[in-house]
Amino acid sequence: MRHLLSTGELSREDALSILDLAEEMSMIREREIKKLPVLRGRTVVNLFFEDSTRTRSSFELAGKWLSADVINVSAKGSSVSKGETLRDTVRTLSAMGVDALVIRHPASGAPMQAARWTTARVVNAGDGTHAHPTQALLDAFTMRRHVRAVTGDPEADWQGRTVVIVGDISHSRVARSDVRLLPRLGARVILVAPPTLMPPGVDDWPVETSWDLDAVLPEADVVMMLRVQRERMHGAYFPTPREYTVGWGLTRERLAALRPGTAIFHPGPMNRGLEISADAADAASSRVLDQVAAGVAVRMSVLYHLLAGDPGTRPADLRPTDPKGQLA
Amino acid sequence: MADEKRAVVPPGPTGTTISGSATRVVMDAEEISRAVVRMAHQVLEDNHGATHLTVVGIPTRGIPLARRLAHAMEDIENRPVPLGELDVTFYRDDLRRQPTRPVGPTRMPGPIDDVVVVLVDDVLYSGRTVSAALEALKDIGRPRAVRLAVLVDRGHRELPIRADVVGRELPTAADERVRVHLAEIDGTSEVIIQRMSEEA
Repeated sequence: MRHLLSTGELSREDALSILDLAEEMSMIREREIKKLPVLRGRTVVNLFFEDSTRTRSSFELAGKWLSADVINVSAKGSSVSKGETLRDTVRTLSAMGVDALVIRHPASGAPMQAARWTTARVVNAGDGTHAHPTQALLDAFTMRRHVRAVTGDPEADWQGRTVVIVGDISHSRVARSDVRLLPRLGARVILVAPPTLMPPGVDDWPVETSWDLDAVLPEADVVMMLRVQRERMHGAYFPTPREYTVGWGLTRERLAALRPGTAIFHPGPMNRGLEISADAADAASSRVLDQVAAGVAVRMSVLYHLLAGDPGTRPADLRPTDPKGQLA
Repeated sequence: MADEKRAVVPPGPTGTTISGSATRVVMDAEEISRAVVRMAHQVLEDNHGATHLTVVGIPTRGIPLARRLAHAMEDIENRPVPLGELDVTFYRDDLRRQPTRPVGPTRMPGPIDDVVVVLVDDVLYSGRTVSAALEALKDIGRPRAVRLAVLVDRGHRELPIRADVVGRELPTAADERVRVHLAEIDGTSEVIIQRMSEEA
């Protein structure tokens, strides 16, 4: 694994390896000293051409907790605003000797392009409507934890569990990355959207689809509400916000109808009152903040997998080999 | 020890002669059990009992050894001995010389501040694993003292580190490999030496 560009090209083994190590990484949050010396002397650049709170700061924390030097470059306030091309920006940063570039860009495919122009490792932190692989990994991580908590079985995983992903599927890189990851881990995915926000070609995806949220909600182990992305919508996809909420929002009524054990996910930032009601966002079954916490652990694990070892040799499978849970 | 572990072949049938190497058993299962009991007595004697003790195993085979040592101490003292495991991968000085390494669990039974931590590993060799373990402990807490118990001390230290409690001193040549097999992981318990340079 040289780069992390999309979950589609991530092998199942690498994905499991990242998720299992993330369990170990998550322990650091409980420690007084949140620092591991793993990436000492490595430099990670967060190159963000789009606004972000949680992704950027969690990549920054992930790098810092692993002792890497982390700098943040955003389009605003950089030479990008003077018209520098992506290629020149990437080559400039590479010339400074950085080890990894974490890139968020409004254009789908920008991180793939960047990977051709640099010897550094590239992590896609969200590109256009294409992919957001670390979000899908943290969704998978949070979902497995939820399943284990509900069943009480520490070995349980995604097998036979259902995720209902609701909202603007067609503009959602999160949904695309989830669809390319979760079914391969064993989960059943149902996409729910108004017809105007269901992407063409969805029939070829390894998912089921529905326009009727109320019909599929009872099947959900996880219901994931997507943000209505006003910045990516340049047309009339639904008549009014009110109608969207009535048809596809997680309202107070739908929250009350969820069966016990259904977790609520949202990749954030939330439009309270639009796709998710305040009651649902703050419900006991909401795992939104668990997703945020998982984001740091998963990103630590990704940086470890890309940067910790000898660059020349990286085996595919890094899963912990030790038998677990044998403490007396 | 660091190099030793890396060289270990996947667990398989033991006691066999691998082509191109000579294998000799230096401790059998009973001798290992007796050594662990003696080590337990020695730890308890040095510590004046089992109060404020935490036994911590270093993966892979330090973990079952730590469990055995703790159980032996419990049998002697009739009181529970807290048990932890400490993965040192993140703290290795050779991390970036190797392919990215798998990471094992780190679990402590409670805060380790002001307790005596007994680190347990199977073989003490270069001392680099123990050095990494000391670094790792520092990030978790501040033990009152750290002791080191190993089943085999084979010499060839590269760092100023010594064990407090040793199951067996085993003078070895640098081209020999010491392998500890434990029933919990390998199905059988024994310590073997392999000479890698000898052609069959």
